[in-house]
Order: sequence, then C-alpha cells, then structure tokens
Amino acid sequence: MSYSPMSNNVMPAILLKDVSFYYRQGEPVLKIDSLEISSGRSVFLHGPSGSGKTTLLSLISGVLVPQGGEVRVLGQDLRKLSASARDTMRGRDIGYIFQSFNLIPYLSVGENIMLSCMLHEERGRRIRAATLSEEAHRIADRLGIRSKLNTSVRQLSMGQQQRVAIARAIIGSPPLVIADEPTSSLDHERRDDFLSLLTEMVAETQSTLLFVSHDLTLVRHFQESLSLPSINRCVQEEKA
Amino acid sequence: MMLILLAWKSLRSRALTTTLTIFSIALSVTLLTGVDRLRYAAQEGFAGTLSHTDLIVGARGGDLPLLLSTVFHLGNASNEISSDTYQYFAHHPAVAWTIPISMGDSHRGYRVVATDENFYRYYQYRSNHHLGFAQGREPSSLFEIALGAQVASSLNYHLGQQITLAHGIEEHSILNHTNVPFTVVGILAPTATPVDRALYMTLLGDEAMHYGWEDGTPPAIGESLPKLDPRKLKVTAITSFLLGTKSRISTLSLQREINSYKPEPLTAIIPAFTLQELWSILDYADQGLSIVSIAVLVTGLLSMLIALYTSLNERRKEIAVLRVVGLRMRQIILLILTEAMLIAIAGTVFGIAATYILLFLMRNIIESRLGLPISLVGLSVRVEIYALATVLGAVILGGVPAWRAYRNSLADGLNSGS
Repeated sequence: MSYSPMSNNVMPAILLKDVSFYYRQGEPVLKIDSLEISSGRSVFLHGPSGSGKTTLLSLISGVLVPQGGEVRVLGQDLRKLSASARDTMRGRDIGYIFQSFNLIPYLSVGENIMLSCMLHEERGRRIRAATLSEEAHRIADRLGIRSKLNTSVRQLSMGQQQRVAIARAIIGSPPLVIADEPTSSLDHERRDDFLSLLTEMVAETQSTLLFVSHDLTLVRHFQESLSLPSINRCVQEEKA
Repeated sequence: MMLILLAWKSLRSRALTTTLTIFSIALSVTLLTGVDRLRYAAQEGFAGTLSHTDLIVGARGGDLPLLLSTVFHLGNASNEISSDTYQYFAHHPAVAWTIPISMGDSHRGYRVVATDENFYRYYQYRSNHHLGFAQGREPSSLFEIALGAQVASSLNYHLGQQITLAHGIEEHSILNHTNVPFTVVGILAPTATPVDRALYMTLLGDEAMHYGWEDGTPPAIGESLPKLDPRKLKVTAITSFLLGTKSRISTLSLQREINSYKPEPLTAIIPAFTLQELWSILDYADQGLSIVSIAVLVTGLLSMLIALYTSLNERRKEIAVLRVVGLRMRQIILLILTEAMLIAIAGTVFGIAATYILLFLMRNIIESRLGLPISLVGLSVRVEIYALATVLGAVILGGVPAWRAYRNSLADGLNSGS
C-alpha cells in the first residue's frame, strides 16, 4: 500500500454512515448504511445507470448534503461545514472528472488546467514545479498534450479533452480524485490508454481514486471494487 | 479579479450575441443622451435668444404676447407706444440703452422690423454675442434695408437688390408698398435666433413708407400722394422697446415704475423670466421624448436579459465544471452579474461616445438649421445619472439569469455528463 503524507491508515478518505438522500420528500434515491474507502487506494465503484452514482458523488464532493446520516471526506464532516467551506474544500482537495464536457469552452487548454490552482492558493502551493505554468507544462507533457496548451478547447478531440480533464483533476496533488464515467465517451482502445494514464498520474500524486462506471470490464485497473446497487438500499427495495 | 477575467472571456466567446447586445444598449443610451443633450441645447438656445436685455416694454398687455411679438416675431402687439413715452424712458437716469422696435410690415412672409442703430450696437444673444454683418452695413438712410441671414439665404437675395414690402404680416398681402422700393445694403451674420428671420430698416423709413397714409389706410385711388419731404418725417409711435439698465439692481424698481407709468398704460417684462415661463410650456414635448427614450433603454436592457438568459441552458455544464473547481454559488451569481455589468458598461461608454461624436460632427448643421447651440453642450450630471442608471439597471436585471443559474446549479448538482 502506498504511503501518503496527507492521510494515515486509520483515517479513511471517504466514510458514509446511515446516509439517506432524496430530491423530493418521500422519494429517496440513496440509502447507504456504510461505505468506507481508505486513503491512497484506487477504487472501482460499479453502478449501472439509475443506481444513484452521480448523486453519491455529489454528496461526497459536498455539492449536495444528505438529509440524514454522516458524510466524512478527508476527515471532515461535510454536514458540519458551511456551503462555502464545502466549495473551498472541493476546489482545494478534490479533483473531479466528468463523463464528458470537463472544460470551460472559453478558456484555453492551459487555463483550464491551471484554473483550480488559480482559484485556491493552497492547492497552488502543492505543485511540484517552480511556477504554475511550468507545472501545467510538466503535466501536459506527461499526458502528451503539451502542444495543445495554448489552443482552444473546442479544437480538441474527445480523447484529448479527457486527458486535459485528467491534468485539471490531478494538478496540485489533491488528496481525492473522483471520476464519473470518464471513459464512456471514448472508444475501446482509448479507454485503456486513458485508464493507464489516469491510474499512473494518481499514483504519482498519491491521491485516493474513486472511479465510477457501469462498465465492469474496467475493474482490472483498480485495487478494490465496490458495487453501488449492493450498498444502496433504495435500489434493493425497488427490485424487491 | 478572476471573476472579471472569466466573465470577459465568457462574453468574448459569445462574440456575436455580446456585440449585438452591446450595440442595442449603446443605441438606447445614444438616444437617451442625445435627446437629453438636444433638449439642453434647445433650452440653452432658447434662453439665449436674447441676453443682456433687462426689460422689454410694450403697451399694456400680456407678458407672453409681448415676448412672442418682440423677440420671436409671432403675433401682434396689442397697441403702440408713443414716441414721447419712448423718449422719456430712453433718457431715464437708470437706463443705459434702449432699442426701439416698430413692426407691421412684411416681405414674403418675413417680418420687417424698423429700429435704429442701437439694435446693431446693443442687441445681444447667447450671453455675449453681438450682431454682425456678413456683408454690407447697417441701413442708415430712408430706403435702405438689411436682411437677416435666413431671409437672405432662402430668398437668395444679394446686396444692391431692390425689394418692395407688403403692408401687414400675411404672406400674400393685398396691399403692397410698390411705390417705395428698398435697397438691400446689408446682410446680417447668422445668429441661430429669430433675428435671422426678419428684415431691418430705419424707423424713419417705416414712416416714409406710410407717408400720406391716414389712420393706417393708404390714399384712395385717384387721391394724389403728397410729395415725400424727408424733413417732415417724424417718428410718432413704436411697437415696443428693449432696455438695458445701468445697474441690474435697478431692474425691478424700473419695471415697477414702467408698469405704473401714468401718461400711458405700459407693460414691462424681464425677458429671462418670461423665456423660462415659455420654456416650461414647451417642456412637455421634451418630457414625452424622454419617456420614449427611457422605454427604448429598457428594451435594450431586456435584450441583454434575454441574451444572458438563453445562454444559460448551454452553460449548465460549464457551471457544473466551475462548481467542481471550487467556485462558490455566490461567485457563480457574481459571474453572471459581472457579465451583465460588463455589457452595460461597454454599451453605455459606446453610446455616450456615439452621442458626442455625432453631436460634434453635426454641430454646424444643427446650429445653423435648428438654431441649437451644440457647442455649449458638455457632459452633464444628467448624462452621468443615465450612465449609472443603465449599469445599475443591467445589474438588477442580470439578477434574473443569475438567479436562474443558481437554481439550475442547485438542481443539477454535478450532473453534467448526460
């Protein structure tokens, strides 16, 4: 197991207890008795569509707050943080990759990569290179998109866009990286390329990786695997 | 700072919509400030029709009719003033100068004003402009006449030309003074005041023209006209006179003295006051225009609201990304408001600049055609208030799409993928 200075083996990166969440009263979409993800692990969370994946990830990243239960992320009880404190924590400590459309269309590739470090000083201090733009160059180099740094996001292929998304997620070594179906817009060959790049980069920054997909064939890239339908009691109740 | 940069880049990426929106706001602001500046110029020009004249004196009657007939050549004076009365006040110790005015004849619809050399010496408009001659000189003998600038240009008259005058002020008078032709000896420089629209002759010329008339009617047909003897000509009455005091403090007491002058019923008005009174009547039209331009401004701002609002649907994913990199809700709202503000500021700046550039380029045409002294017009408090109101209005209206973005983001969470 890798060692991370940001965490210890006692404190899990993510801990959910008796969490329930609904958008409309009486229609719960998520009921999780317990979910624990240890620091520094790369975890595959399998969830078919409709199993509450995105809702769960919104809860973990502090965009949504559960009506009941406890959500602890990187040692912090999110329900006890103010909305702006959760926003700050998300920008500072979490890297997030969407299924598609990860980039701000009116910013250049380089600006997209640097954005979270520009918004959060503390994240900017965790970079490895001397300056932010050198760091962006270094990461872009590793991901093979260095020549694209100054181009417009609109000129990138989908595969290139998802690499920029990796760069944006891992810059400033956030302790937690979350990926929500990032490969579903890629073809098979690129899927594997993307996954090896992602796991490689995350290993370098020693971040915890939570990867969510409906595609079970990807599970071999990860250290652990979980099934959302089996922990979300709402899904079980529906089946019953 | 970061937000302004983001807002700027976001607007730039939607260049066409942004440009059109800015253009529509700029157009509204141009209209609003243009109307305001023209109104201001009109007021200035109006108030400046006559200046440094402390009193206008005529026969007993209303204030406005006296002002209208004497200064604007509109309507008729109710009665005449005897020459004795005029002489009495002309030599009054408090009076510095007087300009006698006698009206009653016209030439092709333009009034003929009989006056004396004081008119060319003391008549002032727009604070300190004196009358001047573009060509020729002031009329000095009986059958000489000077033309206002507009009379000369629209009738295409030149020096040395012989013209005849009509009795009365109708354009097609049945009584013409064909037996007494006048020679054009001077053409006044343009003033952009009613002075341009009249002809000027001497008081004695007026008498000479009506020589042999009895009680305002010409000699009957067959009745022989007595031979004109200039030595017998004498000014017996004038229509009104302008007056300047030696010290402005004495204006009010002099006005009282004239109004209660026993030998003849007179009315003395302070032209600045009466001009102001007249302006307040004309002001209604301007207020209507201002309301229309404010409506246009609201339309411009609404077009901004629509542009920002419709862009929000395609920006849902973008906002989810901004949330993920740690932008707070408040900052998302601020981002939309900043965009609205940038659009409004750009629109306002372009709009005001366009107004002043247009006014600057067209000032000669406006001054000569409309008689509005544009050169006097500067940036006013009112324009600054309009500018502020536009930006403020934009920010307030920007609250609608900002609030929408906030609601969207709450509902979407991080659901940006599909």
